[in-house]
This record gives sequence, C-alpha cells and structure tokens, in this order.
Amino acid sequence: MTAARWAAGLVVLALLAVVPLVVKRDDILNFLVLTLLTITLAQSWNIVGGYAGQVNLGHAAFFGLGALVTRTLWIAGTPVLAAMIAGAAVAVAFALAVGGAAFRLRGAYFAIGTLALGEILRITVNNTLPEISTLPMTTIATYRLATRYWLALGLAALAVIAVAWLAGSRLGLGLQAIREDEEAAESTGVGVLRLKLLALVLSTALAGLAGGAFAYYHISYYPSHPFGPHWTFDAVLVTFIGGVGTLHGPILGAVFYVLLKEYLAIRWVDFHLLIFGALFIAIVLLLPGGLVEAGATLRRLVRRS
Amino acid sequence: MMAVLPQQLVLGLLIGGLYGLAAAGLSLVFGVLKVLNVAHGELIMLGGYGAFWLFALSGVDPFASLVFVIPAMIVLGSVLYWSLFGWIVRYHEETRIKNSLLIGFGLALALHALAVRLWTADERSITTSYAGAVVEIAGITIPLVRLASLVLAFALIGGLHLLLARWRWGRAIRAAADDWEAALMTGIDVRRAYLLAFALGTGLAGAAGVLVSVGYSISPSIGLEWTLKALIVIVLAGLGSMFGTFAGGLVLGIAEAVSATVFGGPYREVVGLVIFFVVLVARPQGLFAK
Repeated sequence: MTAARWAAGLVVLALLAVVPLVVKRDDILNFLVLTLLTITLAQSWNIVGGYAGQVNLGHAAFFGLGALVTRTLWIAGTPVLAAMIAGAAVAVAFALAVGGAAFRLRGAYFAIGTLALGEILRITVNNTLPEISTLPMTTIATYRLATRYWLALGLAALAVIAVAWLAGSRLGLGLQAIREDEEAAESTGVGVLRLKLLALVLSTALAGLAGGAFAYYHISYYPSHPFGPHWTFDAVLVTFIGGVGTLHGPILGAVFYVLLKEYLAIRWVDFHLLIFGALFIAIVLLLPGGLVEAGATLRRLVRRS
Repeated sequence: MMAVLPQQLVLGLLIGGLYGLAAAGLSLVFGVLKVLNVAHGELIMLGGYGAFWLFALSGVDPFASLVFVIPAMIVLGSVLYWSLFGWIVRYHEETRIKNSLLIGFGLALALHALAVRLWTADERSITTSYAGAVVEIAGITIPLVRLASLVLAFALIGGLHLLLARWRWGRAIRAAADDWEAALMTGIDVRRAYLLAFALGTGLAGAAGVLVSVGYSISPSIGLEWTLKALIVIVLAGLGSMFGTFAGGLVLGIAEAVSATVFGGPYREVVGLVIFFVVLVARPQGLFAK
C-alpha cells in the first residue's frame, strides 16, 4: 500500500514537472506556483501546529526571514539555491533563539505569544526597510517563470516528503503524544521540549525555504510584506480546512483555497476570507478532521451501501 | 527630545484610556468564560463603523451614537454567544481556550472581509464641527475630543464595576468567574451569566470602537492591532479588577509615548509587544490569574 502510494506520488510529481513544457499560459503557471508555495507553507505549519498541536501564529516571521535573506543575497550575486539555504538557516537560528522561551507557553498562550513575536518582526522590518524591493532590470530581462515553477514544485515535494517521513517516525509519534497529552507524554519519557524544538527547526527551515522561493519569484514587493500575518493565517486556514495533523490535508486545503481565492478575486477582492473564515469556524466546531475526514466518512458510507 | 516628552505623555495617557476600555471587554469575557476571543479587535472595529454610519447617514453625533451602538453590540454579542462561543463552554478549560482562539480567528477573518465589502478598505474617521478644539495648559495641547473619550472610557469602566458589584446578575457573573461549579450548585444559571458577560464584553468593545472612530481613525484592518493592545493590557493588569485594567491601559499608553520619544515614532507598537512577550514568558502559568 505504501509502495503504491509512493509510486502514485511520483507519477503526480512527474506529470506536474512537465506542465511548463506543455502549458504556455502565464496565468495558469502563476496559479500553480501560488498553490505550490501555499502547500509548502501550510505543510511546514502543519508540523508544529498539526502534529505537535502547538498553534504557531507567528509563522510568517520565518517565511519573512527566509525571503529577506534570500532576496538580499541573491540580488548581491549569490546563486539562488545557496541564498535560499542561507535564508532557511537564519529562519532556523531565529526559531532556536526564541523557541525555548516560546515553548514555555502552553496552548492559547503559545498562540498569542508567537503572534506578538511575528508582529514585532514585521513592524521592525517595516521601519528599517521601508523602500520597495524590485528586481534589477537585468534580472527581469532573463526572468523565466518555468524556473520558479520547478523550484516551487521541488519545495512542495520536499515539504510533503518531510511530513510523510515525520508521520511514521519516532519524532512524529512523540509529537503526537505531546499533542494529545503533554503531561502523560512527559511522564512516559518523551523529551517534550527537545521534540518541540526539533519540530520547530523542521517547520521553520521549510518556511524559510518557502520565503526564499517567494523572494525569487516575486518581482517587486515591500520587504515587510512576507512578514505580514496573512501568511500565517493562510497556512492556518489551509491546514485546518484540509485536515490538521494529516499529510493530505494541507495539499487538499491549498488547492481548494487558492482555487476559490483566485476565482473570487476576479469579482470581489478578499471575499474568499469571508467564506473561508466561516468554513474554518464550521470545521473547528463540527468537523475537526477537515476535508480529509469528510472524504474518509464519505468513502465509508459509499462502501457500506 | 525632552521638550516633546510632556506632550507625548499626555497623548499617551489619552489613548491609554481607550486601551483600557478595549481591554475591559476582553478581560471580562476571558475572566468569566475562560474564552479567548481574538476577534475582540474586530468587534471594536464594527463599533467604530456603527458610529461612522450613524454620523454619515443621519448626522448623529458620535458621542450620542454610543446610546445606539452599545445596545446593538450587546445584541450582536448575544448572537455570537448563541451561535459560536456558547458551543465550546462545555469543554474543559484548556480545550475551551484553544478552540475559542480558533473560532475567534475565523470570526476575525470573516468580519474583516465583511467590513471591506461594506465600507471599503479606506481609513476613515469622524470629523465633527468641534473636532479641532483643543485646550492649552502650560504649553501642552490637549485635543478636547480625546479628553472627552478618556473621561467617557473611565465612566464606562466605572459603570461596569458598579454593574458587577451591585446588580444581581453582575454578582452571578462574578460567581461564575470564580468557580462555575460552586455557582451552579448555589442555583445560579451559569449559562445565562456567561451569555450576559459575553454580551457586555461585546458592548464594551462597541463603545471602545465609537471612541476610536471619533478621536483617531478606523479601517477594516485595525482589528488585529486592537486585539493585541487589549491582550497586552490584560497581561500588564491581570484579571479581576476593571479599574486595574483601566490603569493597565494608561500604563501602556505612557510606555508607548516614552518609547516613541526615545526610539522614534515607528517603534511605538513594538515596545508593548516586547513587554507582552517577556511578561508572558516570565509568568507562563500565573499570568491571567488574579
């Protein structure tokens, strides 16, 4: 079964990889890049928020740091992949610097504490770097969307593989034990803080890479933009609507979210948030497993009849 | 730098009163229901647009519009309690707080999107005929509208204090906050006390929004900022005393004014958040205790 799943995943990946060779429409490619970035970001949030059950509302800080460092190094002449790795490293370093303190907080306090952290970073970047960041003309002249697409695809695949590995690993099981009952996990010998920090490192490394891909993809934006809380909120919405703490949830959620967002944006800006806000509440109250659980229930019903 | 400090301190004190009022509603809801409504800032935003609408459409004076906005927000609060937050009060405390955070988060997004639809994303404020009136004392300029807001905020907090101390249901609310099981056993309708506390908290948010829209400005995206301000004040002041909350608001206003003078205006917001994070981490368990 698992082998069949890996094979199916590889087929999907191969099909997605040839898309830029066949499809020449920029709007479709842009839509796919956005979806892939959303999958990466949501999946990275899912590690700490879903598997370890710690709702991190400051996730944008790590995405933003990745974007800031990557953009700066890349424009200065560093190869983009090296710049992205440096960006991820800075995001992880920041995570380790604040993680110990932040993980002293439990449940909702962790959520509002990280929210404050994210805002501190956003406001500081906004104050120190108020100028818009635009790619140099020479870079724009050689800009190819397909390269960005493959990069985003590679990252999304990396994030999905990382979470697939995590779900079956000792680390993943320990995280789920922490999520279900922290005291019980601690007393059965799970090193709670160490595991949480490991999860945070994995999560923020992926978020930093996603930020780097954003910096490589977007031609012109304010340096504080990737630090905006909406990046966190998108990741939370997507993960919960898809199915929090599952491998397929963030993928399903991201496709659904970006599709509806782009479709609705044609007529009403931001209207998707009204729908997704309401959907999110409904899922928290009535269907904590999200779309993945809804799908499983549906399949069971079909099989039974 | 020192020359502007007294002026900054006065302005900080004036907005601090609103921070206190904004926090009072959230503190009441959190203290009584053990529900953390992170959409509190969006409720403040709605109250502000209520006053804006009344002023723009029928010329109602913003201070007078409190009479309409507060009851309307109390009704809205009841509806929100019935439809959303009332569902999760049956969970035990930790799950309850976490779920309320998620519901508040969804509500905040939805209300923000709704406000953009209704009033566009533009920043607005209510400009009355007396908007520019100031008094000058010893070289310090005090905008009268903001001074009136501070006084009103204090009066509303005092009213709430009286309500909780003297009114039959106010005492029921305090009993439910202290120990809901004991309250239930003495025959108090805890669910109704919860409903009343949530409705009152929403009404206070509405009042804060009205005062923000007249002395300052509102836009659909002010919600997060005001939620954070209210949370910072609660962390500073703790739960339980409404006058303590008001004082916490004044302290935040002054801290912001000082940091804006020392580090420069843009860092006004950062100081409160840093205090918030440090206090939160230093006292992770006993934080929201009395």
